[in-house]
Amino acid sequence: MITLNINGNTTRVDVAGDTPLLWVLRDRLHLTGTKYGCGMGLCGACTAHLDGHPVRSCSTPVSAAVGKKIVTIEAVDQARVGQAVQAAWQKLDVVQCGYCQSGQIMSAVALLESNRKPTDADIDSAMAGNICRCATYVRIRAAIHEAAQALA
Amino acid sequence: MHTPRIENDSRRAFLRGALQGAAGLTLAIYLPGAHAAGAAAPAAAGAANLAPAFEPNAFIRIGTDGMVTVISKHVEMGQGAYTGLATLVAEELDAAWSQVRIEGAPADASRYNNLAFGPFQGTGGSTAIANSWEQMRKAGASARAMLVSAAAAQWQVPAASISVSDGVVTHGASGRHATFGELAPAAAHLPVPADVTLKSPTDFKLIGKHVPRKDSADKINGRARFTQDVQLPGMLTAVVAHPPRFGATVQSFDASKAKAVKGVVEVVQIQNGVAVLAKDTWSAIKGREALRVVWDESKASKLSSEELFTRYRALAQQPGAVARSEGDTDAAFARAARTLRAAYDFPYLAHAAMEPLNCVVQLGAGQCELWYGAQFQSIDQGSVAALLGVKPEQVKINMLYAGGSFGRRASKDADYVLEAVRIAKASKTKAPIKMVWLREDDMKGAYYRPAFHHALEAALDADGRPIAWRHRLVGQSILTGTAFGGMVKNGIDTVSVEGAANLPYGIPALQVELHSPADIPVAAHWWRSVGSTHTAYSTETFMDELAAAAGQDAVAYRLALLGKHPRHAGVLKLAAEKAGWGQPLAQGPAGTRRGRGVAVHEAFGTFVAEVAEVTVAADGSFTVDRVVCAVDCGMVVNPDVVRAQVEGGVGFALSAALHGAITLKNGAVEQSNFHDYAPIRINEMPKVEVHIVPSADKPTGIGEPGVPPLAPALANALAAATGKRIRSLPIRTGELQA
Repeated sequence: MITLNINGNTTRVDVAGDTPLLWVLRDRLHLTGTKYGCGMGLCGACTAHLDGHPVRSCSTPVSAAVGKKIVTIEAVDQARVGQAVQAAWQKLDVVQCGYCQSGQIMSAVALLESNRKPTDADIDSAMAGNICRCATYVRIRAAIHEAAQALA
Repeated sequence: MHTPRIENDSRRAFLRGALQGAAGLTLAIYLPGAHAAGAAAPAAAGAANLAPAFEPNAFIRIGTDGMVTVISKHVEMGQGAYTGLATLVAEELDAAWSQVRIEGAPADASRYNNLAFGPFQGTGGSTAIANSWEQMRKAGASARAMLVSAAAAQWQVPAASISVSDGVVTHGASGRHATFGELAPAAAHLPVPADVTLKSPTDFKLIGKHVPRKDSADKINGRARFTQDVQLPGMLTAVVAHPPRFGATVQSFDASKAKAVKGVVEVVQIQNGVAVLAKDTWSAIKGREALRVVWDESKASKLSSEELFTRYRALAQQPGAVARSEGDTDAAFARAARTLRAAYDFPYLAHAAMEPLNCVVQLGAGQCELWYGAQFQSIDQGSVAALLGVKPEQVKINMLYAGGSFGRRASKDADYVLEAVRIAKASKTKAPIKMVWLREDDMKGAYYRPAFHHALEAALDADGRPIAWRHRLVGQSILTGTAFGGMVKNGIDTVSVEGAANLPYGIPALQVELHSPADIPVAAHWWRSVGSTHTAYSTETFMDELAAAAGQDAVAYRLALLGKHPRHAGVLKLAAEKAGWGQPLAQGPAGTRRGRGVAVHEAFGTFVAEVAEVTVAADGSFTVDRVVCAVDCGMVVNPDVVRAQVEGGVGFALSAALHGAITLKNGAVEQSNFHDYAPIRINEMPKVEVHIVPSADKPTGIGEPGVPPLAPALANALAAATGKRIRSLPIRTGELQA
């Protein structure tokens, strides 16, 4: 049994330690907002936070999350930055198919938690790990600036 | 529980009328299973609906709480169809946008057919708004009339004295008012009006205005339900070992190690591989890794991309089937002052939607229920019914959000849906099955934008005007051998030559020919904007070469030839004006070269011009700095969705232009994941401006038409900066070295 702290709750799951965090979240805990996209840490659809840092949960063994605070898209609105990012995403209607957007938001929140005034270059750097096949990038960039303004 | 429904002749007449109204758009499609249309209507999905509900037609349900549920016959895969269709209903219903919710329609072509496709339910060809424009508005207006009649009867006042606004029905003279929810039970007992008057566009409150997307909220908090997220009691997840090469089949397999993986329940052979069924996805993945399959490769393909293009280039030397022939091209070439030639290679392209293909299936006695981002319900329903030996109406399809598609889920032969059903059929467990393709399965999934080779020749007179144009295309037919085969006429697959055979430029002698090589193991499939993905590139970069050869401005040269095509000319002028065409570009950093290029193209009745600006470094690497787009898609339902689709179309096209290639080696696809088939990332995304031409024409589509002009505009900008013409995609920066 592995004990995890997910979205502020302590949960015990019976999985092997090398199981990717993604599949524990999705298949065991039914936190399906975190998405499978590539399984190789290439697309960022599976992004979650470990102690506030964005990680690719498809390539993170669950054992590496033990003792850390795991936050997923389902609880990202519990913090002010998460609320601001989601509000900006909705205001600008960033989403299209939406499948990558949980991961985009998790990366954007992590960026703004550490940098309240990101430049375009900061955004490009922090968000380059998240692919959006609908190419909503113009609005992702605008929404991050929008959220930064709201937080200022 | 029985949901009260209004089923009467008026409604059927209304639907018939709606169908007839779109007859001019109807395409000939032959359905598998033959009887997909005309099936008895299953009870509407959503049993939690509030009774007694008011269901004036197949597209609207109003609960006693006042919530208006719009049933969308089109899948939402990012293109904004849910929002657009609901806007049409809400406009004529005079509902408040906040009281509207949207639900995907069940599979039932008798009610939910695409009017542009005939008796066929499906989403594609950028038709969602175009075919629903009158149908959804009539649905809304009809419901509104019934609510007004109900109020008029209750209040004993003339219907004409009643107004409706923001979901409230009001009799101004007496001050009486009622909500939709209050009137719904009475309205449900009234006859459906035979005819309704639609609003004048000047009275629109939602159409053409800023209306927020209905799917945003659930897509930013993780609640939106995709196929990948479906969980059913006892469900097993299936991961499939597919053949490594085209034409390979299963010779034998050893499942002992796979079955030893914890969580693996069963291993079954299906037509196209071996499926590992497990209690969860990771166990299924581990099980597939442990599975040992011996493939019979005796009949496997050995095709490589190099061989394919060698063959295509040879074919391009031979006359092909004639798609368009006007004037005497031979005579015009004989008297030309100058001739130009160019040949182009376009690779296979994968759709690579963010959600890899998947489908959930539950088999029961004489029936089958499916959950997925269904795009071609009629093909899927008929194909599954034929496989199982049941009637199409016994195949129930629950349409979920699709995590992208770009044409892939519009399967011509229900390939991935049938794979899921075959697994369920082969399983002894009777459990519901969620088949998931891993990214690698999806990338190697064998349904691609077909590779093409184009050869073009043009003849110019002494003033540089084109007097003749020859265009020969070589590439696999998408339609031949499918339910859409009826659209292939005289050897011409219309989607192979769209954008080429209807070249808008006024050139007196013009010949367009096509070769459609058949014996190739790759399945040619539609990919966002289909034929225009390659025809826009060859025609618009070649036209740019003509202008350059004539020593004329690229915009002015085109405009002089677009006299009979004012909508092409309109977007071209608007894009040029907004981009500052003709004014010098600001200089780039030292050692870089800058350039600006333009392209204009019509796809699916929508006209788009794009101007791209680039900065090229000495080593040939470059950035796309800015893309200015002008769009004429007729009357705009949602300008923000139009902008979003064009922005996204630019990015989607840029991915292909910069990186996109599926290549074959010894009968196998060489790419497997996003490291070797790379969509663009945020740092590669240019600034995009979208300008919309005001129009009173009927709406056309917007999901695809933003894609075609980008690559030729970019290539023309690179040519302006470097003098180098890119004739093979994706662009190799080495060709652009100073």
